[in-house]
Amino acid sequence: MTTATDGDTTSGAPATGGASARLRRGSAPEILFPTRQQYIGVVASLRDEGFEMCADLCAVDYLAHPGRHLPDGVAAERFEVVVNLLSMSQVRRVRVRVQVPATDAVITTLFDLYPGTEAMEREAYDLLGIVFTGHPDMTRILLPEDWEGHPLRKDYGVGRVPVQFKGAPGPR
Amino acid sequence: MSDTTATDAGDSVPHTDTVLPDPVSGLAYAEASETGIERGLIIETSEGAQELFPRKKTEPDELRREAGAVLRLPEGVVVNADDIDIEQTDDETMIINMGPQHPSTHGVLRLMIELDGETVLRTKPVIGYLHTGMEKTAEELTYVQGSTNVTRMDYLSPLHNELVLSLAVEALLGVEMPPRSDWIRMLLVELNRASSHLMWMATNGMDHASTSMMIYGFREREMILAFFEKTTGLRMNHNFIRPGGTAADLPDGWEDDVTVICDTILPRLDEYDELLTGQPLYRQRSEGVGNLSAEEALALSLTGPLLRSTGVPWDLRRAMPYLRYDKVEFDVIVGTYGDNFDRYSIRLNEIRESIRIIRQVVEKMPAGDYRVQDKKVTPPPRGRIDESMEALIHHFKVFTEGFRVPEGEVYVATESPRGELGCYLVSDGSPKPYRMHIRGPSFVNLQALPLMMRGGLLADAVAACSSVDPVMGEVDR
Repeated sequence: MTTATDGDTTSGAPATGGASARLRRGSAPEILFPTRQQYIGVVASLRDEGFEMCADLCAVDYLAHPGRHLPDGVAAERFEVVVNLLSMSQVRRVRVRVQVPATDAVITTLFDLYPGTEAMEREAYDLLGIVFTGHPDMTRILLPEDWEGHPLRKDYGVGRVPVQFKGAPGPR
Repeated sequence: MSDTTATDAGDSVPHTDTVLPDPVSGLAYAEASETGIERGLIIETSEGAQELFPRKKTEPDELRREAGAVLRLPEGVVVNADDIDIEQTDDETMIINMGPQHPSTHGVLRLMIELDGETVLRTKPVIGYLHTGMEKTAEELTYVQGSTNVTRMDYLSPLHNELVLSLAVEALLGVEMPPRSDWIRMLLVELNRASSHLMWMATNGMDHASTSMMIYGFREREMILAFFEKTTGLRMNHNFIRPGGTAADLPDGWEDDVTVICDTILPRLDEYDELLTGQPLYRQRSEGVGNLSAEEALALSLTGPLLRSTGVPWDLRRAMPYLRYDKVEFDVIVGTYGDNFDRYSIRLNEIRESIRIIRQVVEKMPAGDYRVQDKKVTPPPRGRIDESMEALIHHFKVFTEGFRVPEGEVYVATESPRGELGCYLVSDGSPKPYRMHIRGPSFVNLQALPLMMRGGLLADAVAACSSVDPVMGEVDR
């Protein structure tokens, strides 16, 4: 299912635009909404289509924004993993948005397709608690190893947890 | 006397049951490591699995996995069994810790390096020491305040951060920007690119023991920062490029200032070219060091000078022009070998290209507004506030409540001095971003480090690290 929600453009057509496309006018990237089962297959076929690079991978917690606009047939879940792929040969971008339920925040890793997602997936795990199965090193990357919770989740209290200086001994 | 009694009675000093090793006799050390003191130390200061553990404490599977992760390429593609040196024992190798406080790591970057003699086998960058949760902070700030936040991420190119956020907000707002604001932004951003690259040349020179380059690089950067101070009021963290335009117009006589900067820096670049390019020591230390191939660079999502050094002519300014980059002439500098020297020459020449763009901007700068005249987004001019109650209210509303941005999500990418600087912005229709994610080029580029260092010497590791040009503020955010 494809739709574009960016700016003033509404067509899902690949707006390559080439050199004349201006970002502000909405370079109108395609947006794909695969299910978790289709996710790897969709990304793999995109890679074969010529999307050489995974420019960005991040996740969003939609807990506080339930009524967001999604195309028909896509059931909104709490989390969304957003992958921005880049094709240098065709000079276009495509965005893959996958719904990930809160009860089972697990999704397959893209590491085998795009090894560059290694750090990005670790960041998404660290800050939002989404587990990427098959990832070679699913550990925290920015926060200390023993940090509790995932701060970018909307139900993570801001200022609730004091700064954790782990294992700091008392004053002598 | 009181001293002695204190010591006698004060035997309550927590005495560990494990005997501390006697530094004189080596025997105690051997025992100590068996009894777990060494392990205890590791646990005490542990970041858990973020550490690089000695081989004997690492399962073979784990080691292979770790090596795969270190090489950051899926197993079977590049990593073959011989490459991983699983059979190597700890007796032959040593893990050393570099950082987080180390002058060569350009901030609080910590590298755990496994060495065989002086050869680097495995490297693991451990990051997060500068993590302040800026993406979380962004959700608590309005769009107006947002640029004060993002400008502190990549502190060597703050204007690029402001630009990418502003472009993302404007894409969601769907406003058409006045041409002058675009050209002002381009001028500032290109000056910033030059200053960032000059700073890189300075620190890179220092990493290669060329202290004169260090002094020169800082001197030239200072010229640009002085212009920034005149224009924006601050040397760094300007908060000048804001959603809806820039904070103010350029100061009177900016053309002369900018021309002086260009005229001064350009001939000096030739001197640095001679100082470094013409220096056999620098060349020998940088040529063929930290090699990357184009396939590896693409697989690792590397962008910026790292990617271009491998021969991929990818520059977002050229490929997907934003602002008015389609109206200026410049060359995309591309390397061949993907080594440190290529990256050096790319950055050096990018300063020249930036100056070329700046000169064109000076020539072509149109008259007009420096910010969009949309009352929803733009605060009223300062002069109106004294005259009109409505303007005062309007001003107050914009800076306290902020403006509402239509619901939606957008990904905007720009070319920062370090690569693709992206901003993924989600709005729920309120004056604050629902989610703001910054794709920091340094964060992604840092993944190349283990690959670049592997098989090289420790001294080259410092050079390779410098050549990635990581800014930890952006890596950790």
